[in-house]
Parts: sequence; C-alpha cells; structure tokens
Amino acid sequence: MKSKTADMVFEGLLRIADDNLILGHRTSEWCGHAPTLEEDLALPNIALDLIGHAQTLYCLACEIDTRYKNEDQLAFLRLEHEYKNLLLVEQENGDFGNTVLRLFYFSTFMKYFWRKVKIKCCFKKLKEFSEKAFLETSYHSKYASQWVVTLGDGTDESNVKMSDAIVNLEPFLGELFNNDDFTEMCSQNDFLPEPNSIFEGWKGEVDTILQKGNLDLPEITLKKRGGRKGEHSEAFGYLLSDLQYMQRAYPNSSW
Amino acid sequence: MAREQNGKIASLEEFQEKINRDEKIEPKDFMPEAYRKTLIRQIGQHAHSEVVGMLPEGNWITRAPTLRRKLSLLAKVQDEAGHGLYLYCAAETLGKSRMEMTQELLSGKAKYSSIFNYPTPTWADIGAIGWLVDGAAIMNQIPLCRCSYGPYARAMIRICKEESFHQRQGYEIMLTLAKGTKAQKEMAQRALNRWWWPSVMMFGPSDADSPNTENSVKWKIKRYTNDELRQKFVDAIVPQAEKIGLVVPDKDLKWDKKRNNGKGGYAYGEINWDEFWRVVKGNGPMNNERIAAKQKAWNEGSWVRAAADAHALKKQTALQAAE
Ligand SMILES: [Fe+2]
Ligand SMILES: [Fe+2]
Ligand SMILES: [Fe+2]
Repeated sequence: MKSKTADMVFEGLLRIADDNLILGHRTSEWCGHAPTLEEDLALPNIALDLIGHAQTLYCLACEIDTRYKNEDQLAFLRLEHEYKNLLLVEQENGDFGNTVLRLFYFSTFMKYFWRKVKIKCCFKKLKEFSEKAFLETSYHSKYASQWVVTLGDGTDESNVKMSDAIVNLEPFLGELFNNDDFTEMCSQNDFLPEPNSIFEGWKGEVDTILQKGNLDLPEITLKKRGGRKGEHSEAFGYLLSDLQYMQRAYPNSSW
Repeated sequence: MAREQNGKIASLEEFQEKINRDEKIEPKDFMPEAYRKTLIRQIGQHAHSEVVGMLPEGNWITRAPTLRRKLSLLAKVQDEAGHGLYLYCAAETLGKSRMEMTQELLSGKAKYSSIFNYPTPTWADIGAIGWLVDGAAIMNQIPLCRCSYGPYARAMIRICKEESFHQRQGYEIMLTLAKGTKAQKEMAQRALNRWWWPSVMMFGPSDADSPNTENSVKWKIKRYTNDELRQKFVDAIVPQAEKIGLVVPDKDLKWDKKRNNGKGGYAYGEINWDEFWRVVKGNGPMNNERIAAKQKAWNEGSWVRAAADAHALKKQTALQAAE
C-alpha cells in the first residue's frame, strides 16, 4: 500500500479497534457482579465479541505498519495519548442501567457503521470482516435495547435511574458523530463512512427505543471530545494500569 | 394406612431395582425423599461453586497479559456461568427454586466448593486453577455423567466437555510460564505451591470421615469414594508437573507399587484437615470477600430485577387487554 493510504488505513483501524477494546474492557468488569446469572453470562459474551473485534483489527493494523510486531503491542504497549478511542467508551461503568445504555448507543452506532462498510470499503479485508462485525453488533444493540426498554418502563425508580444515565452520557455522544479532517479523508477515499452520516439512522432507532421506555433523548451537541486525538479522561489512566499491568511488569515475555 | 405403606415399600424396591438396572430416574418418577434431598444439596452446591468460581478468575480478566489469553479467560468464565445455569435448572426439577438456592448462598447457609475461598494474586493462579481445580472437578464429574438422576447426568455430560477444555487451557498457561523467563517460572511454581493442597482437599474428607458416601453409592449418585478420586487426581497431575519442570510441594510424594490394587500409584503426604475444616467453616482467606461480592452484586441488582418483573407484568397485562 502507498504510504499515505497506509497511514490512513492504520489510523482508521486503530480508532475502531481502540473503541472496541476499551468498551470490551469496561464490559468485562461486570463479570461475576451482574444483577442476574443470565447477565453474568451475557456481558462477558459481549465483551468477548468486542475484544475479539479489536484483536482482528489490530492484526490488520500490524500488517500495515510493521513497526508493530503483533496485536498485543498495539493493545498493551502504547502510551495513553496513543490510544484513539472515544471518551464515551472509557468512562466508568456506573450502574447496570448506565452500562446497557452506553452499550446501546455504541453498538447501534457500530451496527450502522459496519453496514456502510459492508456496502463500500476500499480495504478488502475490512470489508470482509464487516459481515461478521455487523451481525455481532446488531445482536449487542438488540440485547442492550431490550434492557433500555425494560428499565425505562419497569418501575418509577428504574425510570429515574435511566433518565439519570441519559443525562450522564449525553455530553459524550457528540464525539461519536463528529467529523474531522481525518474522517473526511477516509470517506473521500471510500475507506470508512463519515461519522455524522450515521446520525440520522441512529437517532431514529434510539428515539424509538427510548420512547418505548418512556424516556427522551436530549438534543445532542458536541460537548466533550478529545479521545480521537489521544486526549483522555482521568478514568482512562486507571483502566490502562489494569490493562497494561502484566506487559509492563514483565516486559519481553511470552504468555 | 397399611396399604399406603406397602405401596411405598413396593415403589422403593422398584426404585432401587431401576437404579440397579442403570436406568435413569426422571423428575416425575417416584424417588425417596432422602434421594431428592441429597441431590438438591449436591447439585445446589455444585451450581453455587460454578457461580462463586467466577470471582477468583474474573479477577484477572482486565489484567490478562495478551488478547488471546484475555479472550480465552472470558470464554471460560462465561462457560462457568452457563454451568451454573444448567445446574440450577437441574436442581429446580427436584422442586427447589433458583431464588431459594440463591438466598441460601447469599445468607451463607449453602456451601460451595472451598477451593474458591483461596485468592488469585498472580496471573499464574489462573493457570493453576484451570490445570488443578478444573482438573479435580473433572475427576469428580466424569462419573457423574452416569449418575442415576437423568437431568443431572445430562447436564454433566455437557459440562465435562467444557471442563476438560478449561483444564487443557490451564495446563497450557502453566507450560508457557514454566518455559518462560525466570520470573515467570517462579510465578508458576509459587502458584502450584498455593493451589496443590487445596486442590487435593477438593475431594472432601477421607472415606473414614465421610458419612454420606454409602447411600450415594447405593443410589449411583457417587461411583467412587473421595479417596479413590483423590488418588486418580494425584496420579494424573504428578507426571504433568514433572513434564513441565514444576515441583509438587509434597516431600512425602513417592511411587508406591502397592497402590491401585498393585498397579501402582503415588503415595502422598498427610493432608492438613484442620485447614480443610477451617475453610469449610468460613475462615478461609477469601470466604467473607466472596460472599460479600455476591451480596453486593445481588443488592445492587435488585432495582434491575424489580424493573424486569414490573415490565414483564405490564406487557402481560397489555397483552391480555388486547385479547
Ligand atoms: Fe464449570
Ligand atoms: Fe464444575
Ligand atoms: Fe471450568
């Protein structure tokens, strides 16, 4: 691949991979601590998919940039500002309602994202991967949407908690749909869809689900951003110290 | 009255004959109360062990050293939740609800395998658990695939397949560490030192001190005694440890030609039964923490479960109104 295109593909893969790894990490924190045994099974299962997506994407990225010898070097051995994930996915889980609402927002976004990649993507290996990724994120979106409706509609208490979660997550939603010079280049080269081209479909679906749960989506404006440029929140440092602990404490070892 | 008693004796005999013919007992079949009780207790404890067992391993998901290891640990812990679910379902066929069993776990009334009251301070503990704890579980559970109670036997067949996969994975983690750097090898050895004796204790008290065995053998719930299974376990694990250059922490371990009816087996040192009973009675290193973690999850999830119930009720009411 030509070097300018290679840089673009590498960065694009990294953004999606980091989102998936970090949300997978947060989701996996629920393991053994969920409200029901069924959720103790479902959440690790979703974490497995998300981290699995990250693994595939990091592998593709390593093929392009040979400075990185394997997927683990990308996942575990970069510095904080080199991770390009959204601020949304790195926030602490909060309660179960906040967790499923974030999962719903993100996986619904990714469902539309992968659908567009399936239709058009100049990078063949990613286009192929999008088939599986689309199916899995559709399932995540469906799972999470059922909980959003259940908790929104359930009791007065659960409705209040979900309304709080909506307020809590709203500042992070703008970044999800934010175009920048890089996303424009990706779209002009038929590599990745522009984030804000997903907004309309996403909003339609999210509005429908929230309404079923007697909840409202507030107006989304760009409030907090920085993740895509490697500017992260405080919570992220602690996440990395868990994620990277072994690779940092025992460098140059095989596992 | 007399007739009823005769009927009962007749069905008791039939029940035992059925078991002797290796036929399965199914949920709606006649069964003596003691058989039902024994099974409920055993399957319930087994289910609780799967669920509590997720904690010491789940502890390392966010810190697993590579993506591949992280994914296989996630898959493993997810399997354990699945095992918990099948087993609660099997116990429910005997007339005790999952809710009731859960309450007993949370209140500390119900027991679960003491092995999960030990801590996992390092990554190597994840290898040791897979290798030794899943390994011991398989020794216990393979005979249960032929257990007389149909739903339990069928659950065990599926579970055993996954447990042997877990065991191979755990051994492979230990093998990788043992072949690795000095620090990795030491980590593996320390984990073996920590998990060896608790794993040997997983088979329960010596036969001489195990009052439940006799009925369980007659009813084909149990096919081997605790000491027989323990011997199989030691015989299987010792050569595996040798193969990867780790040392089983028992200075009395030696080959004994007379064991296993003259086929030979390993003689092992004396088990510290005081420690065994101390942990069973609730004073192991992590008993309080494990129960506290499950209580916290349960209490924090109560609004979620209440909402799910309320939502289901509303949906049902709406459906009925529409009819
Ligand atoms: Fe299990
Ligand atoms: Fe088990
Ligand atoms: Fe297992």
